[in-house]
Amino acid sequence: MIQKTLFLVMITAWIAGAAASLVTGRGAIARVVAALGAGAGSAACLLLGVTALITGQTLSLSLAQMPPVGGLMLRLDGLGALFLVIIGLIGLAVAIYGFGYSANYAGRYSLRTAGAMLNLLMLALGLQVMADNALTFLIAWEAMSLSAYLLVLTEHDKAETVRAAVWYIAMTHAGFAALMAMFLLMSGSDLTTSFAAMRANAAALSPAARNLVFLLALFGFGTKAGVVPLHVWLPMAHPVAPSHVSALMSGVVIKMGIYGLVRVALDLLGGGPVWWGGVVLGIGAISALLGVLYALMEHDLKRLLAYHSVENIGIILIGVGAGLIFHSYGLMPLAALGFIGGLYHTLNHATFKGLLFLCAGSVSHATHTRNMEEMGGLIKRMPVTALCFLIGAAAISALPPLNGFASEWIVFQSLLEGVKIPKPEVAMIMPIAVGMLALTGGLAVACFVKAFGITFLAIPRTQEAEHAEEAPLSMRAGMALLALACVALGLAPFAVVPMMSRMLAGLGGLPDTRAEFARNLSLAAPNGSSLMSPTLVAAGLLIILCLAPLVMLLLRVNRKLRVSESWGCGRIGQTPRMEYTATAFAEPLRRVFAELYRPTKELTIDFHPESKYFVQSIEYRSEITPWFEKYLYDPCLWFVRLIAAVVRRLQSGSLSAYLVYVAIALLILLLTARM
Amino acid sequence: MKSLFGKILSTPIVTEPVSRAAEDQQIELITREIDARVRKLLGRSLHIREVDAGSCNGCEIEITALTNPYYDLERFGLHFVASPRHADCLLVTGPVTRNMAEPLRLTYEATPDPKIVVAVGDCARDCGVFKGSYAVVGSVDKVIPVDVMVPGCPPEPIDILRGILAAIDRLPNKR
Amino acid sequence: MTPYLLEIGQALLALLLAPGLVGFIRWFKARLQGRRGAIPWQPYYDLRKLFGKEVVMSKNASWLFRFAPYVIFATAVAVTLLVPLVAAPLPFDAVGDLLAVVYLLLLGTFFLALAGLDPGTSFGGMGASREMTVAAIAEPTIALAIFGLAVGAGSTNLGRIVAQTLNHPGAVINPGHLLGFTALFIVMIAETGRLPVDNPSTHLELTMIHEAMILEYSGRYLALIEWAAALKLLIFFSLLSNLFLPWGVATALTPGALGVAAVALMAKLVALAAVVAVMETRIAKLRLFRVPELLGVSFVLALLSVTSSFLLR
Repeated sequence: MIQKTLFLVMITAWIAGAAASLVTGRGAIARVVAALGAGAGSAACLLLGVTALITGQTLSLSLAQMPPVGGLMLRLDGLGALFLVIIGLIGLAVAIYGFGYSANYAGRYSLRTAGAMLNLLMLALGLQVMADNALTFLIAWEAMSLSAYLLVLTEHDKAETVRAAVWYIAMTHAGFAALMAMFLLMSGSDLTTSFAAMRANAAALSPAARNLVFLLALFGFGTKAGVVPLHVWLPMAHPVAPSHVSALMSGVVIKMGIYGLVRVALDLLGGGPVWWGGVVLGIGAISALLGVLYALMEHDLKRLLAYHSVENIGIILIGVGAGLIFHSYGLMPLAALGFIGGLYHTLNHATFKGLLFLCAGSVSHATHTRNMEEMGGLIKRMPVTALCFLIGAAAISALPPLNGFASEWIVFQSLLEGVKIPKPEVAMIMPIAVGMLALTGGLAVACFVKAFGITFLAIPRTQEAEHAEEAPLSMRAGMALLALACVALGLAPFAVVPMMSRMLAGLGGLPDTRAEFARNLSLAAPNGSSLMSPTLVAAGLLIILCLAPLVMLLLRVNRKLRVSESWGCGRIGQTPRMEYTATAFAEPLRRVFAELYRPTKELTIDFHPESKYFVQSIEYRSEITPWFEKYLYDPCLWFVRLIAAVVRRLQSGSLSAYLVYVAIALLILLLTARM
Repeated sequence: MKSLFGKILSTPIVTEPVSRAAEDQQIELITREIDARVRKLLGRSLHIREVDAGSCNGCEIEITALTNPYYDLERFGLHFVASPRHADCLLVTGPVTRNMAEPLRLTYEATPDPKIVVAVGDCARDCGVFKGSYAVVGSVDKVIPVDVMVPGCPPEPIDILRGILAAIDRLPNKR
Repeated sequence: MTPYLLEIGQALLALLLAPGLVGFIRWFKARLQGRRGAIPWQPYYDLRKLFGKEVVMSKNASWLFRFAPYVIFATAVAVTLLVPLVAAPLPFDAVGDLLAVVYLLLLGTFFLALAGLDPGTSFGGMGASREMTVAAIAEPTIALAIFGLAVGAGSTNLGRIVAQTLNHPGAVINPGHLLGFTALFIVMIAETGRLPVDNPSTHLELTMIHEAMILEYSGRYLALIEWAAALKLLIFFSLLSNLFLPWGVATALTPGALGVAAVALMAKLVALAAVVAVMETRIAKLRLFRVPELLGVSFVLALLSVTSSFLLR
């Protein structure tokens, strides 16, 4: 009963927020109603998800048979509840933050559209995870894509934004086409078939059909999730969107790809042959590694974070892939572990990536740039933002005792269990995946030392950075909420994991592993073989952190501190040009991975006209080779243009030609219908 | 590899013992009495940062000799460090040239208290042969406070070592 | 109660032995160089002196500069509570496993690198950049070494790994075991900053990795960081000796067994220290961009170790 109320509150709040935003249109009122609608809806969504996870109750709704909304079926089960929690938590923080952030846009861009689309996006997301038939799913999917597209286009006067939005909409529609085909295959051409019926029919599909469904799902959901090689839109679209929208997109929208994949591959199809899991694991490992390698070379703070989203989707897919592999061998508890690892990482990534994007938004709001090389010293001017970013950076680097470590631990453990796979040649993928995952983790730490260090530490590199102001209260509140969530999720994984276990129970034949993977305050591997308690580790660290200064005080250690110049080897004065730069920081890794990056170098030196001994200016340009854009997408686009040029000849402009086309088409249709 | 380890095994420990100088050789001038507390703190572990304030490098070569196996200053707990922040003792050579006056002062300021300063060589004591030059600001104690001066042009490594040890009161009693 | 007292005792033992370990390596190297060298317990005097000095801080640095030494020290001490130095299994065995140990050390490195960037000096940034490069490339080897050990023992908990090797002594000469030891040895050199990866006693900033990040530190902060570095060396030595050659580690908490364990630990530490000292005397420092090649070799060894344990099951 309470669930139904919460559901209605959620839907109403979002619809009201969207409508009110469209109506009021300008000024502070528009921002307030948009934030209120989004916030109230998100809070209800979060509560709905949490109550569903705790009580384990499902909720079913079927809307009346009216033509526009007829045929919509909604059902909330465990998997959906988890994603509702993600939507609600990130949505709440984004709504609070967005209130302050959209003050920037007053007068320049339309607050009306931005507010309305934000609410619509959240509505689409909420309905998406509760969809119980293909029609609802696809409608929600398309609504989500379109509202996200319009949100990406908020700053539509910039060429970069428009280009990013075009790429985004093109790729998401390519995925949509694949999803439509997939659902048509699964439901036997009736899109209003419920998921329950599809589940039952799935066993009757031929293996070839099942494989095709899986591949279409992988393509369609992969486009949304941003797996390599379908990731190119992500680093284009996420930086140009307003920061709270980037947080929502990176934190929630790309997770819908994961939701869809788990729903289709595990739930509806009930698992499949080993190569399914192998492909997912492989793509996941490659995405993780390539994502972080490209992130390392980025100096645009938001593009760096976007590439990290690709990396973390990869890590999630490693967990999901391992789960699928175990599932196909019938090792159900191990499969559950893999899925729990992947889905827990989904929750954690949403939290810390959302946090990082919100902090990046504060920073770019204060310094009017996204380029790290123009920032510096912000930790003193923006202490709250800096602390939140530090927590986010530590969380994404999987450092104990925060949440990233807990979920990566579970993913590692599930890969370690790979030794139980009967076939050694399949089992060997696991250590390779472990190696790639560890390399990814190490590179991620390096990348975030760079991101935090160059942006916040040392001396400001430009005037803007010197005069940066801390973010307004609503933005700080949004960031603080997610920072607290990161810490809480890291300290209490023993509470979260049983909820995940219960959520997965019954899905695709997975057993209820509630009692298995969390014991007392520890996380456990199957059969309690490995135990680890992030909570106690955190407690231990805290105790030592408090004891050390206390002991030093008691032993009367010298407590003096004198502030002076940095030691510059006797150099007089220090300017920002003497600091380390982001390019320099990443340079050793660029040289180590030069085979992948293939950096190009252009050096132009202008000599003084009168003498070659004097230099007027030096221009140095270095770029890394964009493999996917250059070798995959450019040929595809060239091919598409080629076909388009051919087809264009049909559009001759002559009415008689068009009438002939219509006649031919009618003839063909009549002939085929007869047959 | 065999030849290196063969050499290591066949060469004995060549470190020579340090003794006080003869009475008539007053080689170290203690210009300031160093606090007993400081001598106790730094007595067993003195980290030294060498500063060349414009010297001809003659003193530097002698100071470098201190790290070889014959003089081996490490056996007294002395150790050369790269950063003045890690240092307890500044070993300054050279008449302080105009360009090195400010860096010397910055080095002194970068060193945490308690610290001592040892000026090595005649140039550091009173500008030596460069006295009156247009490029020279003055002796080291015109720029930073000096605790011990070791005269000589250049002083022998053993005298430099005696000077440092005398500063922290670790000079062995026997002759 | 006694096991918990044992834990605290073990941490205190580690804190006590760590500077001595560093001092012993330096003393041994000095003797190999034909000079008397500082006494093996010189680092204790160094630490005592550092705690008596004031801190000079850059005006460009922030609260992170003051906070980082405590985090680095705390993570190192926390790891000594989890590693089986004298006894296995420990009561905290279920709190942290090998993955937790590795990532706790990485947490310390994270803050150390940030502290290197904080004062805004070029050398600090350079040290941070190089340290993170080496740490990142060493990670896959560590993970695979953990994988290899965990496959053998069926768990990533350190107590169980030690128990597994104690119960199956023949496993010591498994190719997987030996390759894993070599791989982890190379990683130990990289992570603790010894030659040929990093020279701990260099004065040339352009050759520094670990030292460059702490050029701005002084007084009690420097003391904490140096102590943590010594602890890290002790931890790596203990992991190498007690995971691969655990004889001597007490399985029962009797004073006799613990005494034997302490002596065995010190013997193993001295042996490893001697090996490292001889190696540092013989091998010159590698150019920075040759270090990934070395770590690549260790990765291949670790991969071979895991493959062989898979195939020889």
